[in-house]
Amino acid sequence: MSEILRFATAGSVDDGKSTLIGRLLYDTKSIFEDQMEAVERTSEKMGTEHVNLALLTDGLRAEREQGITIDVAYRYFATPKRKFIIADTPGHTQYTRNMVTGASTADVALILVDARNGVIEQSRRHSFIASLLRIPHIVVCVNKMDLVDYDEEAFNKVKEEFREFAMRLEVPDLSFIPVSALVGDNVVDKSANMPWYEGPSLLTHLETIHTASDRNMVDVRFPVQYVIRPMSDEYHDYRGYAGTVAGGVMKPGDDVVVLPSGFESIIKSIDTFEGPVDEAFAPMAVTVRLNDEIDISRGDMICRPNNQPIVTQDVDAMICWMDETQSLSPRKKYAIKHTSRAARVMIKDINYRLDINTLHRDEEATEIKLNEIGRISFRSTLPLFVDEYRRNRETGSFVLIDEASNATVAAGMILGETAG
Amino acid sequence: MTYELSHLRELEAESIHIMREVAAEFENPALMFSGGKDSIVMLRLAEKAFAPAKIPYPVLHVDTGHNFPEVIDFRDRRTAEVGARLIVASVQDTINAGRVVEETGARASRNRLQTTTLLDAIEEHRFDALFGGARRDEEKARAKERVYSFRDDFGQWDPKAQRPELWNLYNGRIKMGEHIRVFPISNWTELDIWQYIADDGIEIPSIYFAHKRNVFERDGMLLAENDFVERMEGENVYEEVVRYRTVGDITITGAVESGADTVEKIIEEVAATRQTERGATRADDRVSEAAMEDRKKEGYF
Ligand SMILES: Nc1nc2c(ncn2[C@@H]2O[C@H](COP(=O)(O)OP(=O)(O)OP(=O)(O)O)[C@@H](O)[C@H]2O)c(=O)[nH]1
Ligand SMILES: [Mg+2]
Repeated sequence: MSEILRFATAGSVDDGKSTLIGRLLYDTKSIFEDQMEAVERTSEKMGTEHVNLALLTDGLRAEREQGITIDVAYRYFATPKRKFIIADTPGHTQYTRNMVTGASTADVALILVDARNGVIEQSRRHSFIASLLRIPHIVVCVNKMDLVDYDEEAFNKVKEEFREFAMRLEVPDLSFIPVSALVGDNVVDKSANMPWYEGPSLLTHLETIHTASDRNMVDVRFPVQYVIRPMSDEYHDYRGYAGTVAGGVMKPGDDVVVLPSGFESIIKSIDTFEGPVDEAFAPMAVTVRLNDEIDISRGDMICRPNNQPIVTQDVDAMICWMDETQSLSPRKKYAIKHTSRAARVMIKDINYRLDINTLHRDEEATEIKLNEIGRISFRSTLPLFVDEYRRNRETGSFVLIDEASNATVAAGMILGETAG
Repeated sequence: MTYELSHLRELEAESIHIMREVAAEFENPALMFSGGKDSIVMLRLAEKAFAPAKIPYPVLHVDTGHNFPEVIDFRDRRTAEVGARLIVASVQDTINAGRVVEETGARASRNRLQTTTLLDAIEEHRFDALFGGARRDEEKARAKERVYSFRDDFGQWDPKAQRPELWNLYNGRIKMGEHIRVFPISNWTELDIWQYIADDGIEIPSIYFAHKRNVFERDGMLLAENDFVERMEGENVYEEVVRYRTVGDITITGAVESGADTVEKIIEEVAATRQTERGATRADDRVSEAAMEDRKKEGYF
């Protein structure tokens, strides 16, 4: 089981994401006295009845003034069982791209739903994004149970509603917990207010989620990030390829092929600052040396001859559009970042745009606007070495960048090579 | 065989990835080094990222002139050891050039003035990326910042218009005059830093360990007796066994009473402490609720 668990909150505005994180931090005694004093002072100034635990993550002036989350806050805490990295994301539709930012690296999504309102459009949007990002574990926290008299029926209703929606998504691991972020029911300790709930508290659940199987340990993928040439007397002929293992397990002696050249060689050694290692796997950052002198540079990919990614210039992908100043439409050109490779792409086609509520595919769509999700195809100036995103997050993801504004305009998840 | 990295090795790998990315994509990066534990760990990570080659960028120290002498010795020795070029940008020079005016009075500090010195150095050396050792667990505005933090022509951070940052794909594209502040140890906590220092046997300046020092009390903090701060009435100097949790400008960095004289004891102390490191030891963050955010908007570290 991995020592670090990364989780992100999701769900609609005011459903209690930041409060839940505040509660989790507070009840695990992860809050320092000076932080708590500051939050108490501010709560008092704002005249709230309870100490507003959301202030523990809503750290920007504008967030405090408006009582909402605008951008992701990263928080950290540890229990004897695990270390946690939290991304508390905003619920506002306007800030969906910040939610996507926080969720992209998560192992677990905590989707909050207000027990009184049930599953609304923004809960669906975030759940859909979580499944699109293939966050392997989703925990639906049915919140504000204190406002529905801790009623089991209310919990079950949300649960059914969510289940029905989730049936059409790919969610490998889905669970439900009734909580009150404000009061602390079922957050760290099991609540006496809901004897009918037999599952674990949120913290216990997070401590025991098994994440080891979520990484790809099968397909060797090593995107070359940087070439190390010391040019010193001691290391005169040293030429190492530095990078982060994106999949599989690499060992000295392995046959490898380098893309795009197609040259084959054998791994001579895998180096680190501490010395050579016997094997390297994701997400280790290492330096690989090969037996043969081959011309290799940043953006190349080292893999096994019998297990190669798709080499293609024509990519089929789901994208989430993140720019408010323009929409995506065919024939537009962008810069792409995919692994350590940079190229330019031209959008060829919008296959469809998704309606978040109904999951209906609008195949007549001619553009994809801010916070919309769709399936597109593009052609790149250079071949890319891709895997399906569901097989490998690293080699299956990309971002598009506007070449004039330099803004990151889209997040992409690869489905494969464009057919035909 | 299970393929799992310990949490420190996972954090290390993430940081190394970021440092290599910057070396590959920017023309003129520099690593900001204060001599504090975070920048020491960052320097070690840079060493690891490029071994057996040297670190392919210079080290930049923004020097307020109000230093702990132990830290300056350490800085010079350590940068020489890794073979990095050291660039010192001096706040005194900025004052002499008339670019900023020295604050006066008992509470005078050069903390805010540093921003101008830093921005001038960026312009002079045409740096396009600057590594900073800030951690997100330090402060609530930092908790909001991206790993690649875009800065405009004036070095300003705009917290309401941050670029999306997904997976480990970082957008480092900038126009002339703009730059990126890069925070490779964003996801490390204070305790992670100490455990890493212990694990790797990393040397740190002596002021981090318990020692006897002449101090006086101000605003509930212990400040070192030094040549740069005027003491106010009632601020009497006495000797105390203290250590530092952060290293910064001597005029605003508080010491904590502590007998921890080994890294192991420091780890125990940090694990049990009930005060954040900045809350306990930094006068600059006590000014207002959004002091850090406001300084960052102006171009501060
Ligand atoms: N009664 C009750 N109120 C709650 C509960 N959880 C949150 N709240 C309140 O709901 C309001 C919104 O809470 P936040 O935590 O800021 O909501 P959020 O989901 O983070 O909102 P955004 O980040 O802006 O999307 C606050 O007034 C909270 O005090 C709960 O369990 N019970
Ligand atoms: Mg919030």
